This record gives sequence, C-alpha cells and structure tokens, in this order.
Amino acid sequence: MSSFTESDPLDTVTWINSFCSLLGHEYFAEVSEEFIEDDFNLTGLQSQVPMYKDALEMILDVEPDSDMDPEPDEEDMDDDEEDVMRDEEGYRIDAHGFRLPRGRSISDQSIIESSAELLYGLIHQRFITSRPGIQQMAEKYEAQHFGHCPRVFCNSTKVLPVGIYDTPGIDTVKLFCSSCMDVYTPPNSRFQSVDGAFFGTTFGCLFFMTFPDFQITPQGDPLNLASTHPIYSNTPYVVLREPATVTRRDSRSSSLTSASAPTVPSVPQIPAEWIPPSNQPTTINGTSTGNLAPGLGPGRIHEPKIYGFRVSERAKTGPRMKWLRMRPVDITELDEVGRLGNDRDEDMGDQDATTIKTGKNGTKTATAGQRKKAAAKSRRNLPAADGANGTGQTAS
Amino acid sequence: MYRSQFISSRGNEYFCDIDEDYLTDRFNLTGLNADVQYYQHALDLVTDVFDVECEDEMRDHIEKSARHLYGLVHARFITTTRGLAKMLDKYKKGEFGKCPRVNCGTQHLLPTGMSDVPGTQFVKLFCPKCEDIYNPKSSRHASIDGAYFGTSFANILFQVYPALVPEKTTARYEPKVFGFKMHAAAALQRWQDNKREEMIERLKAQGIDNPFAMDDDGDDEGDLSSGHEPMDIAGADDL
Repeated sequence: MSSFTESDPLDTVTWINSFCSLLGHEYFAEVSEEFIEDDFNLTGLQSQVPMYKDALEMILDVEPDSDMDPEPDEEDMDDDEEDVMRDEEGYRIDAHGFRLPRGRSISDQSIIESSAELLYGLIHQRFITSRPGIQQMAEKYEAQHFGHCPRVFCNSTKVLPVGIYDTPGIDTVKLFCSSCMDVYTPPNSRFQSVDGAFFGTTFGCLFFMTFPDFQITPQGDPLNLASTHPIYSNTPYVVLREPATVTRRDSRSSSLTSASAPTVPSVPQIPAEWIPPSNQPTTINGTSTGNLAPGLGPGRIHEPKIYGFRVSERAKTGPRMKWLRMRPVDITELDEVGRLGNDRDEDMGDQDATTIKTGKNGTKTATAGQRKKAAAKSRRNLPAADGANGTGQTAS
Repeated sequence: MYRSQFISSRGNEYFCDIDEDYLTDRFNLTGLNADVQYYQHALDLVTDVFDVECEDEMRDHIEKSARHLYGLVHARFITTTRGLAKMLDKYKKGEFGKCPRVNCGTQHLLPTGMSDVPGTQFVKLFCPKCEDIYNPKSSRHASIDGAYFGTSFANILFQVYPALVPEKTTARYEPKVFGFKMHAAAALQRWQDNKREEMIERLKAQGIDNPFAMDDDGDDEGDLSSGHEPMDIAGADDL
C-alpha cells in the first residue's frame, strides 16, 4: 500500500495524490503504482478509454516528452482551455505561463486529463476489490470517511461507496448501508459528479464478505433512539409475554416474564413476538446472524400514527412498504435449504408412514426413494390424490 | 414582526407561518402554559405585543421560551386545514428536501417527529414513497425538536389529500458480487417479497387494488441493476 510513496521520494505530490485530494474525491483510495504497472490488472481497459497510453502516463507521472517543461497544474488546465496564449518563442502556454508540450493542443491535453480520470476510476474499481485495495478502504471505513446511513433506524451505521452499474457514465456514486441493505444518495452534492462505476457494484458486498467480523451496528446509541422506544436501549428489558396479565401481579405472569422485577414500570418492556427463539444459529446463509441487516425487523420499521393510533393497512393512505424493512424474528425462516428439506420430510411422513429417519444424510437418501414411490402411488389412485405430486403442497 | 423574522431565519426553514388568528385564540394554546417558561412574556413576544424593558439575560430566556412556544403551537397548527395547506405548499416545492434512498427517485419529504413530547427526539423526515424516516442532511435542521412537528402531521396530510400519495415501487437494490446476488441478502429479499405478496392478497380480499406500479410488479423488471450484463469481472484477478 505504501509503495507509491516510496517510489518517488523527491516529488511528493503525485498525480494520484492530487486526484484523491480534490474536492469530491474523498471516497477514493490511492491505487498503488504497483497495481497499475501490472498490465494484467488493466486488461480490457484500453478499448474503453480514449488516448489510453497518454492517460496511463499521466496517472503514473511518466513524462511523455523529454523537452517538456515543468508539469502544468492539471486542475487549472481545463478551466482555461479557451485562452490560448503563446510565449515569446511561440510555444503555447497555459494561464500560469507553463509551456505546453509540443504537438499537443490544449484540447488534447484536456481530453487526456479526463481520460486519465476515467482510467483511474476504472482501475480503482478493480483495485478496491483486490486485497491491498479493500484493506485501504477498510481503513477509510473505520475512520468514517464515507459517512453514515441517513435512515433513522440504522442509528448512524457506517456506509460504503458503491455503484449501481459497472459501466461508466450511467449513474453517480451511491452509499450502501449494510444495516438496511439499501443504497442512498450521498448528502453532499459534490459527490454528484463522481461516477458510480469507479467503485463498482461488487465492492460493497465483497467488503462485508471479506471482513465478516466487522460489527455493522454502531456502538451505543448515537441517535438516542432509546428516548423514543425502549427496544433501542441496551439496558436489560422485560419481555412482555402476556401484556394483559403483567400488571395483575399473579405468580404465573411473573414467572413468565424475566426474573428482574417484572412489575417495576421503569424497566422497558418489549413484546414477546419480537424476541427470537433460543435456537438461533450463529450464521445464516453464509453471513453472521447479527450482521444480517441488523437495522431491519420489528421495532425498526416506521409505524405511521395519527394522535397515537396506528394507521390501518386498509386505509387508502395506509402503510404499504413495511415489507421493505422487515426481517424475520426467527432467523431460521431464511434458511431456505433447511426448510425445503424439512418440508419434504414432513411431506414424506404424510404420504408414506414407512419413512425411515436415520439422521440427516440418511433422511435425504430415504426421501429420494420415497418420493418416487409416492409419485407412483399418486399416479395409481389419481382421482383420490388430486394435486398430490409428491411436492410440499399436500403437507398441512 | 416576530413570526416572519422567525420563519425566515436560518435553520427555521421547515416551519411555516402560523396564522395570527390561530395564535391569538386562547383555545388553541390550551395546556401550553405548563410547558413553556415565562409563558405570558413569550406569547407577547410571538404576537408582537412585548414591550417590557428587561435585562439581556432575561430577554434571552424569553426568546428561547418564545421559540419553544412557537414550535408547540406550530405542531398544532399544521394539523389544521390552513396549516396543512401551508405545509403542502412547502412540500410541493421540496423545501423539506428529497428522499436519500436511491429507489425513491427524488421523492419530496415531510418533517415528522418521533414523539409528541418536547425534548425527546429531533425532527426526522418522512418519505411517503418508502414510508421510512430519515435524518435531515444539515445539522442546523437536525437539532430542531421533533415535537414541533409531531407524529401525526405527515399522516394527516395524506389523509386529507389522498391523491398526493406517491405511487409505491417494488424496485430495490440487490447486493451483488461480480454479477451474482449475495445469498444471504437475496434470501432475505425473497422472504420480504413473500410478505409483500401476502399483503397484496390481504388487500385484495378487502377489495383494495395492488398499490404497486404495474411496470415493476412481480419480477425484478423495475430493478435498477437488472437486465444489465455485468461489464467485467476482472477485479477477481487479484483475490
């Protein structure tokens, strides 16, 4: 990662340095020269970038002409395109009096400049999915360079810059929040000029696959959501299993609620249906359960209310988008493969009482065998077993 | 003029001008004297009849109280017909900002509170398209008390003007790696889609039409990234 600083100790400001320090380029990582110099990493870019060679030279600060004067200041270059000036020897000069390289018009220079930015962006898209690149982005993420999720219930979760497309020129950079699995427009308009393809569609997702141990939810309660509902506080709470009986102080209800003083009203109470059953797996579908969209689910969905009364779903203006922020309380509902297996087992049990349950592997082989039998069976007595095709439909 | 000065000052862009008639009707201020310090002075200041000479420190206190009083009356005023019309005007002009969620396009937002009790939570912005609440972009808005807008206002506005409810969309972001959907996220989204279909069925049983735009109904047609070939997977080289 530090190779680019070592490579040229005399000239401290490289093109890449100055590009990344421009206003609006705060999201960019500094691509190491090593990465750019490896031609393999640039495969296919030549056809996408006009004046590819010159652009690459500009990025790497390689001077194309030996008689070139001190490098002109690129940032001011494009502003002063139209003022073609010449010094006493007939060289074209820019606004600062620097001679421009011979044989290249100012418009060429600005094309190369924009090509260099495009090329850098496309290399950047690849670089941040590489090991050193993603590491560098992780440091920026930790330092909160990319900002926070604007959604209230994500409670200031850190976000990552992503693109919606991998092709440049379609859409600008967006911010991906892993807590609600959604993308947002950056709050500052200066990022509206940064191409989303320079970050790519892959990076946001790959980042959390590369660093599965990153805790997505922020520490504490930055937005003080606890002031609006106890579910957001980290203090111990009472589970409201039987809302009506808790206040009645009978021994049964207090044994159902948690041990810590169930009738004290200052202890926050949350509904029992929000509490997952105890058999939650630590990972689900290859992601740690705690890191799978922690900003979604019950209590983290906006509930529209009028004078304290919830707006009904049946109302013309009622809530219709709650599904977007839902997450099952019992995370095993998302284990599609496991559920499919269970459904089949139940199905087989229904159709043929002789199903032999011999552990997981045993059941699977037995299931396959039983399925053929069941199918044959249903074909034989077709009118009776209407619709029973041996799939999960008949199991009730 | 206190009110015009108040609503035109920086940071108070979300507030609308409370009608003088409303402010001078004591009925509308019922119960606020318990919440506001120096209630009478504050009310005098807001209605421009304050003419008591006092020390600067006292004046500061009264001005703070006046602001608080204005906010609390504002929460009541914007649920009235006049208030709704004024806020609707601001909403249509987009004065409360636009939804940061990419799939909402540039849907205009409405200010809302998370609690009607003052001092609980700062103002939030409600997007009628995705029905979620967001934090204001700028810190000068993020420090306004949410109770000055209240929890009911945004919903009452759409109850009164149901034609303004934006068309809902099923388009959403799908996390992908090299063009392949990420399994955990995709499984969650399938589960959510099922919940949506269940809701549509429930609504259908009540004789309510599918609220979602037809073009992105069902499959992922309206999705931002679908139908788009992944350009390259060259980034995989270095993994």
